[in-house]
Amino acid sequence: MSALLQTRNLTRQFGGLRAIGDLSLTVDRGEILGVIGPNGAGKTTLFNLLTGIYPPSSGEILFDGISIAGLRPSEIARHGMARTFQNIRLFRQLSVLENVRIAYDSQIVCSPPDALLRTPRARLREKESINASLELLDLFQLGSLAEDRAGDLSYGAQRRLEIVRALALKPSLLLLDEPAAGMNPSEAMQLTDFLRWVHGKFSLTIVLIEHHMQMVMALCDRIEVLEFGVRIAGGKPEEVKANPRVIEAYLGTEGDLP
Amino acid sequence: MKSRLLPLGLLLVGLIVAAILPATGLVNDYLQFVLISVAINAILCVSLNLVNGWMGEFSVGHAGFMALGAYASSILTVKLFPTAPTALLFPVAVLIGGGVAGLAGIPVGILSFKTRGDYLAIITLAFLMIVKSGLENIPYTGGPRGMLGIPRLTTVAWAYFWCVVAFWVIRNLVYSKYGRGISAIREDEIAAEAMGVNTRQAKLVAFVTSSFFAGVAGALFAHQLQFINPSSFDILKSTEILVMVYLGGVASLGGSLLGAGFVTILTQCLQPLGTWRMVVLPSLLVILMLFRPGGIMGYRDWSWLKPRLSIKPRGKSSEESQEQEKITP
Repeated sequence: MSALLQTRNLTRQFGGLRAIGDLSLTVDRGEILGVIGPNGAGKTTLFNLLTGIYPPSSGEILFDGISIAGLRPSEIARHGMARTFQNIRLFRQLSVLENVRIAYDSQIVCSPPDALLRTPRARLREKESINASLELLDLFQLGSLAEDRAGDLSYGAQRRLEIVRALALKPSLLLLDEPAAGMNPSEAMQLTDFLRWVHGKFSLTIVLIEHHMQMVMALCDRIEVLEFGVRIAGGKPEEVKANPRVIEAYLGTEGDLP
Repeated sequence: MKSRLLPLGLLLVGLIVAAILPATGLVNDYLQFVLISVAINAILCVSLNLVNGWMGEFSVGHAGFMALGAYASSILTVKLFPTAPTALLFPVAVLIGGGVAGLAGIPVGILSFKTRGDYLAIITLAFLMIVKSGLENIPYTGGPRGMLGIPRLTTVAWAYFWCVVAFWVIRNLVYSKYGRGISAIREDEIAAEAMGVNTRQAKLVAFVTSSFFAGVAGALFAHQLQFINPSSFDILKSTEILVMVYLGGVASLGGSLLGAGFVTILTQCLQPLGTWRMVVLPSLLVILMLFRPGGIMGYRDWSWLKPRLSIKPRGKSSEESQEQEKITP
């Protein structure tokens, strides 16, 4: 297996706070990697660094063989890295179809003059994008909601739509930030099956931030554990589960108790 | 194909009607003046709507772009080529007016990369002040006294023509990759970037297109009134356009048309009220903002204004094929 994503000594400083410190990670092609850690461990910051929302203070990010540190988020997205957000960030006022089309649009070649004059070429691209987006929505049983406002969907459907929107980018790497947040255990297990299906169907590599341990253990090939922006453990789910440092980070030591 | 020819035919009939209307004597000069004003205001309204409605920013500098278009075109028709045949000169002058304003849209667009909301509003205000005081200090165009003796070239037909062009181009833009990107910026700029939207390019396209048509409207305005000075393009002029946008409806082509028509005609109808007319329109605006903050047509449009695209049948349940019909009206 070759590495799809690699970080080398990745560091991000917010004033005096070191949100991510000297982090070196590797994500192999085709795997599902879990990233866990207590609140404030820097998991979401890691995603924001990978997707270019923050530039790293120092260090390197290699994605698919090229260095992406310092690129704009949209450029990184077009290289094939898609993500969802911890607190759903759909284009709420726009329709379900438009949400998906906006992500699909990044693959459309259409110059501004073509768009402004709506040349036959532009019209053809439009048709392609509508049909491809509807097809994708149908695949996820959202086709009948295509014209509804994204903000009007149920919570579960919004979560699903955010994943569909990310898939419309045709990514090779999908970053999921707490997709099971706000779900009960049985819903989380449904989501696990769903993600496993998505992973196979779109031949993806997935990095998953999640607090539902059952889900992480069931889904992930490998787990990395962060605490205060530093990697404290990593390996197969059963190894991580038994690691005393991890238990300490999550539950505290006996000495912490009053 | 039929469905595409029908609106085109209707537009052509409209143009012919607009061209022969003044000759028939059915509409007097005053009515022609009102018709032209509606068209010019509709262009201003729809172009400002691109930035304030679809992109969700707040620009108050629209009168500045309008001024650049008005001055650039008037320099051409008054100073440089006063003897050229007007049938040829006027469209060129309008285009150049739009072009100059469009170029000025580039720096404002670039400034919008890093700032948004209130801060961008202040930048557009600064832009307006720069343009206005700049024009006041250029003796070539008459300084604060302005330019006189501009030929009256804006006819009902020309105003109608440019209005149709403005709506057509902005409709094309809004229902394109860039338009969706512009709407995505309004909804959530970070999510837009993360979904591959080149927000910088989208912002530039929005600002340049918006200011181009403000310039076109300015050129038509100058050749309608035959007189312009820097104070014709102050913050009040911008405010007037803002009122049209928010009254008619943000992010809506139909709303822009409604807003411009409504405000222009109402202002004319209220003339007998004298100073009291300055009470009626603002009160209306307050009531509208309380009950319909998006304006009359906010975020909606008439289906005949939207482009039609045939969608591949998806061969699903009957419920879904009904959905398709909804998508292709």
